[in-house]
Amino acid sequence: MSDNKSTENKGTVAKDNEEKRIGVFVCECGVNIGGVVNTKAVAEYIGTLPGVKVTSVNKFTCSDSGQADIQQKIKEHNLNRIVVAACSPKTHEPTFRACIEEMGLNQYFLEFVNIRDHCSWIHMWEKEKATEKAKDLVRMGVERSKLLEPLQASEVPVIDKALVIGAGVAGMQSALDLADMGFQVYLVEKEPSIGGRMARFDKVFPTNDCSICILGPKMVEVARNKNIQIMSYSEVKAVEGYVGNFNVKIEHKPRYLDVAKCTGCAKCSEVCPVEVPYDFNEGFGTRKAIYVPFPQAVPLRAVIDMENCISCKACAKACESKAINYDMKPSYTDLNVGVIIGAVGFKTYDPEPRHDFGYGLYDNVITAMEFERLLNAAGPTGGHVVRPSDCKEPIRVGFVNCVGSRDKNTNIYCSGVCCMVTIKNAQLLKEKRPETDQTIMYIDIRTPFRGYEESYNRSRNLGVKFLRGRPVEVKEDPVTKNIKVRVEDTLAGEIRNLEFDLMVLATGIVPNEGIGKIQQLLKLSKAADGLLMEAHPKLKPVDTTIDGVFLAGCASGPKDIPYAVSQGSACAGRATILLKNKKAITEGITAVVNPDVCVGCEVCIPMCPFQAIMMDERTGKANVMKALCKGCGTCVAACPTGALEQSHFKNDQLLAQVKNVFRFQEVAA
Amino acid sequence: MNAEHIATSEKEECWVPNILAFACNWCSYAGADLAGVSRLQYPPTVKILRVMCSSRVEPSFILKALKDGADGVLIAGCHIGDCHYIDGNKNAEVRINNTKKALAKLGLDKRLRLEWISASEGLRFSEVIKDFTEEIKKLGANPVKARNEPQINADERRLNASVKASAANVQGSE
Repeated sequence: MSDNKSTENKGTVAKDNEEKRIGVFVCECGVNIGGVVNTKAVAEYIGTLPGVKVTSVNKFTCSDSGQADIQQKIKEHNLNRIVVAACSPKTHEPTFRACIEEMGLNQYFLEFVNIRDHCSWIHMWEKEKATEKAKDLVRMGVERSKLLEPLQASEVPVIDKALVIGAGVAGMQSALDLADMGFQVYLVEKEPSIGGRMARFDKVFPTNDCSICILGPKMVEVARNKNIQIMSYSEVKAVEGYVGNFNVKIEHKPRYLDVAKCTGCAKCSEVCPVEVPYDFNEGFGTRKAIYVPFPQAVPLRAVIDMENCISCKACAKACESKAINYDMKPSYTDLNVGVIIGAVGFKTYDPEPRHDFGYGLYDNVITAMEFERLLNAAGPTGGHVVRPSDCKEPIRVGFVNCVGSRDKNTNIYCSGVCCMVTIKNAQLLKEKRPETDQTIMYIDIRTPFRGYEESYNRSRNLGVKFLRGRPVEVKEDPVTKNIKVRVEDTLAGEIRNLEFDLMVLATGIVPNEGIGKIQQLLKLSKAADGLLMEAHPKLKPVDTTIDGVFLAGCASGPKDIPYAVSQGSACAGRATILLKNKKAITEGITAVVNPDVCVGCEVCIPMCPFQAIMMDERTGKANVMKALCKGCGTCVAACPTGALEQSHFKNDQLLAQVKNVFRFQEVAA
Repeated sequence: MNAEHIATSEKEECWVPNILAFACNWCSYAGADLAGVSRLQYPPTVKILRVMCSSRVEPSFILKALKDGADGVLIAGCHIGDCHYIDGNKNAEVRINNTKKALAKLGLDKRLRLEWISASEGLRFSEVIKDFTEEIKKLGANPVKARNEPQINADERRLNASVKASAANVQGSE
């Protein structure tokens, strides 16, 4: 095969006549690498390889002094290839590319070898073997570096419009910030109203201000902003394209009424004979088949729930503006946007299938979200907390924390917010009805942010009891329907039997269906917990591995409201860099055709997932359109003649690594 | 246990397989990074080579690796449906399976593995390496690298031709 020959006769090395002068920089990363790998021995060995002019060991190669060392040695030794043996190229390649580019070297003349994540950290107890492995890895890099060719990163134009998926508090914040900076924003929400989960909360910790009272004005602000186009009751169906130019297909689900004519007067609901459990109230109370989602909904428009509609047409008669249209079909909009912000939110853990703590078996065990709706003045009971079995006001209320969190049977992670939710709910009930008696059963109380600990202290002062322990047995009294709990008080070291009129489960934050959908549509990574992954957990918390796609809110991990809002703003800030510059830099790695070798067999054309290869009708050879090519190399591997090459991952470059994996030279000698 | 026995068992213990892993940039390479960040210890038997997509790996790379001394070759990519390049991993699956069939003729097919490892599966990455290392240890050293060069080159040419042909057939039928 042609590619094999080219490496074996070393023809490619001599292709350009410039002598390869390689500098190798081995990083100790403090003790992360240096504590395991004998970096000096690695540098010494590498220094003996042909072409290596200088080697250097640094405590931190990425530091100012480490980078200055690289630049100085480039100057001193007139280096033209740089090998950095350090951490992961996924985090640090851009740093060193910029460093060598400053010295006039093409950034693709950098070869990055991972001797930390792939060596020292995983062979911590095998120092000698790790050192030998590091030598092999660096040798592979040195041999590959000799064959690296200069490339130019390309610029793509960025359409200065943004798509925000999800209109909860995080998504709304992103949309508002971008709109206020003058960019057109499309805000897509799958529910009939914007507002997200926050609209359902009664009051929010630690200040206990009314949730809808602070969210409502924000929702109105979003609706009023000329740069924001709200697409409620709509879902993203397809996404194509790349940073700067995403083509997005939006499906508008039919509301079965003309949004332009509907005034939100809700006269239709009054006459509708169908009653179904009200999802906004967590299933407490009922709504009609035609309904306005909630009084503060934006847009304030009705929607028909066709699954439950019996087509009696009473609403059509009642509607004064003749808005009802039963034959409505889904409609579609195609959008072109430069950036996408995903703020698809979360759902709360559902204890029903596992009957955690008797939920679903006993009437008087409810979730914190249900309790929240009972507390709410606009809720099903007008703000009176009653228990489901007999609608009486409970006196003894038990709260169980960490339901669906910190539990190896459900989710191992801490949902972060439930402690504060429970503390707040207990406080609110105590303030409403001081005669009530609350007991919070917890594993640990976690109150890390401003005002949280103070709120915890306040509830203790109010008389809320805290009991460290998890209920081991929950039973219902068949007559009174009270909940009898056996719990180990782990601080007192005794088993206690308690009886509650009502028990509230603080259910954790879990991924919703939207997360799976946008993961597939946008090609994002999902973490083991089912939530989406950010580009870097610390330094790029709202970026993703897909350029131009950002994440805000609970889709990338449990968050409280201030954190979600901060992320919304952060996304807007990150997105603005692209939107304002109107251009994005993309990798120079693409497929390249050698027309002298191409026989026009067209094997490559169906292989390309992006339709980037076409036949040049004049020459009868394949032609790669660089703007469309993403540089995966699928076509390259399929090409039977070797006419296609992937720049920066050329056959000879990869084979140089393969050939040097196993001390080839020493074996041969 | 006599001294000879100890010596042999030590020798067996000492033999460390050489595994080359081609890991895709987006999922498996990041998964290997996560294994590192999580300090999940696994044997120093594997060297990871980064490619942008698992579909970049040509059968000839695998043959070259086996010829040059690899006792095992692992190709790791994103899970089906999660490919950064839509369905590159499906192409990789076709190619690797065809290569496996061709390698079966040399009795080397068990030395080639294809695994889907996501960016969040650091634990899975380390488990795969441990498991593959154990399997290769049972198989012993790759017999091909001990054989003479011209014979291997002939084998390689023959295999290259048959793999390319079968890959082209599959592509044609799609």
